[in-house]
Amino acid sequence: MEETVTATLSPICVPLPAHADTPKKGGRLRLGLSGGSTTDSLDPATIPDAVPQSVNWSLRNNLVEISADGKPVPELAESWESSPDASQWIFKLRQGVEFHNGKTLDAQDVVESINHHRGKDSKSAAKGIVDPIKEIKADGKDTVVFVLDGGNADFPFIMCDYHLTIQPAGTKGAEFEKGIGTGGYMLVAHEPGVRALTKRNPNYWKEGSAYFDEVETISIADYSARTNALKTGQVDLINRCDVKTVHLLKKAPGVQIVRVTGTKHYTLPMRTDMAPFDNNDVRMALKYAIDREQMLKLILRGYGSVGNDHPIAPSNRYHAADLPQRKFDPDKAKFHLKKAGLSGHTFKLHAADAAFGGAVDAAVLLKEHAAKAGIMIEVVKEPNDGYWSNVWLKKAWCTCYWSGRATEDWMFSTAYAADAKWNDTFWKHDRFNQLVTAARAELDDAKRREMYGECQKIIRDEGGVIIPMFADYVEASSNKLRHGKLAGNWEMDGQRLPERWWFA
Amino acid sequence: MTLFIISILIFVGVEALPGDLTEAVLGQSATPETVAAFRKELKLDLPPHIRYLSWLGGIVRGEFGNSLANGRPIADLIGWRIGNSLFLAATTAAIAVPLSILLGIVAALYRNSFFDRAISMVTLSTISFPEFFVAYILIALLSVQLIIFPSISNINAQMPFLEKIHAIVLPCLTLTLVVVAHMMRQTRAAIINILASPFIEMAKLKGLKKTRIVIFHAFPNALSPVINVVAVNLAYLVAGVVIVEVVFVFPGLGQLLVDSVSKRDIPVVQASGLIFASVYITLNLLADMLSIISNPRLRNPK
Repeated sequence: MEETVTATLSPICVPLPAHADTPKKGGRLRLGLSGGSTTDSLDPATIPDAVPQSVNWSLRNNLVEISADGKPVPELAESWESSPDASQWIFKLRQGVEFHNGKTLDAQDVVESINHHRGKDSKSAAKGIVDPIKEIKADGKDTVVFVLDGGNADFPFIMCDYHLTIQPAGTKGAEFEKGIGTGGYMLVAHEPGVRALTKRNPNYWKEGSAYFDEVETISIADYSARTNALKTGQVDLINRCDVKTVHLLKKAPGVQIVRVTGTKHYTLPMRTDMAPFDNNDVRMALKYAIDREQMLKLILRGYGSVGNDHPIAPSNRYHAADLPQRKFDPDKAKFHLKKAGLSGHTFKLHAADAAFGGAVDAAVLLKEHAAKAGIMIEVVKEPNDGYWSNVWLKKAWCTCYWSGRATEDWMFSTAYAADAKWNDTFWKHDRFNQLVTAARAELDDAKRREMYGECQKIIRDEGGVIIPMFADYVEASSNKLRHGKLAGNWEMDGQRLPERWWFA
Repeated sequence: MTLFIISILIFVGVEALPGDLTEAVLGQSATPETVAAFRKELKLDLPPHIRYLSWLGGIVRGEFGNSLANGRPIADLIGWRIGNSLFLAATTAAIAVPLSILLGIVAALYRNSFFDRAISMVTLSTISFPEFFVAYILIALLSVQLIIFPSISNINAQMPFLEKIHAIVLPCLTLTLVVVAHMMRQTRAAIINILASPFIEMAKLKGLKKTRIVIFHAFPNALSPVINVVAVNLAYLVAGVVIVEVVFVFPGLGQLLVDSVSKRDIPVVQASGLIFASVYITLNLLADMLSIISNPRLRNPK
């Protein structure tokens, strides 16, 4: 889903549509982005946030790329095939691709780049993703073979993860900071948390890509500073617009608002291994006690869509559209709470804006909604600093967000399966776990759809999470910038903006 | 010695914060295994006193070490930022110090006049507003409405000098508005204080002009408190302008310190903290020396 709202276009800036759609080379793109820090690194294992993500993908490529349609398309891999049980995957590499330092890409580079995230000494944030890989080997110069510990029909999607970029073999330690890759831009200067300057790689292998002469990425943490920089023409695009004021920004001359509904969603995980949330009636009571429509309107100002207590977005392949939307129902909430024998109990909800912008407001709003059903909630405001280590996974009920995942299996096995690393509801459901494992190796599309449909229903009705809404990615840019269909897997056109956009 | 104590205080302070760098960097995606491996790589698994001593050993040899988060040499991280911070502070001081002393003298000269009251009111208002408010007002007026100055001051080493000056006009103006009141009022108070002394009475009786009395007789005697307040404000300009740095996206030392504290990058926090402390100590020392030089009574202790 996408929508581009153009605020004001001066007549000169509106060429014929056909011309507008023809990408052209040139210009210096200046991005003013939130999500950078002076402690950022270009080591793909510890890439934390938007700025290094965007810079890393300007410099480097993956084996597989997610297209704007959400499908895996070949990037450094030319093609791939799997064994019938989907437990062994063979990737053929593209020929004649060169790194910025002149080295030609071969299978060894791929093996070492993926191994960087594996093993006992790995500090990689992607360790959990590559865990199912039992063995990687180079078969000649152009073929890489992955042996998994079980079937996974979605394995090519895994290779799209932003940590799994390909570096020249032997890159380690401080060498990562040089940013050597096969990407469309080469690193000129990088001062973490301040700016990154890249220039077009004249030797880029990917056709019809990387149009700008130079891309300057400026870290601007303060939202007002970002807005002013865009309005005064000091940057061409800003990310993470404040939805509370975006209607004003829309009126500024020469500014267009870009919004994409992706897989990002806000969650309220309840620990199902802790009282009182170990009782499904309590969870159901709270799920019915939330007015999603109003929350979407007040917290996101409509820049999103309502959730149905499962993490699969409408843009996902196997989204269960036939599952009825859960509605605000104080009577049902009362009924379930009474059944649990907890009428009059006060529930503590731990919230901080570190989870998502507006999390504390959302918690307070939920408290008001629940009061209508006679449910008492106490909002405990937690500090942003250290939220992920001290509150999330620790407190019985808190606020959280997920960027979402490109596939159902990835999402489930990251945060819902019994053995998942970030099973933040500590939920164990036998039927669900069986389904996830079976569906992973299932190559028949119709059967998979049915299985994932049931998974979504189980999470919705028995899971430990309230998912009130999916949030749009909202960016604002100069109306001189043009783009094709927008990807929703990450912010800023799937974080591939520097190579996909161009100046009119 | 002071620096040594400060370094211990900073270390203990950051150490006492919950969590460490590995958890802060990995954030939501941290798992016990990756955190453990990361800690081992950075030697964060060693007990605190050993880490402190090894850091101290490095400092004694003149090595700041590397940032834990991205392995860059801390000297590189800090070097150009302290240059930027000093550049902003120096430019601001070059405007603010003469301006506030001048205003202070004039205010003392025309005490209780309309001019005196107007100056007091204006400077007190600008000091009472939070810095970011002053900054946003200036941006709204001079950058968004009038489009004279840029709203962000992301200077870099490649910029020519004049372009840099143009880029930092707004933060400079913001800081000037914030510090002028303090220095100006101190100057005014000190001079008024001196004006009540018998030797000024004498000068008046001799028939000297009021302007001459204030500038040549009162002001030199009021220098000592003025120098002290200037020193405090200069130290603030180097070390205390984080908010202004954030609003104007200025790559100074303050932003580095804030990011490093939130990521628990202890060596960077230590190094920045020591630099800030040194700035304070040096400026205070300088202020003391200058006030002694400016005051013959202190120069010849009896």
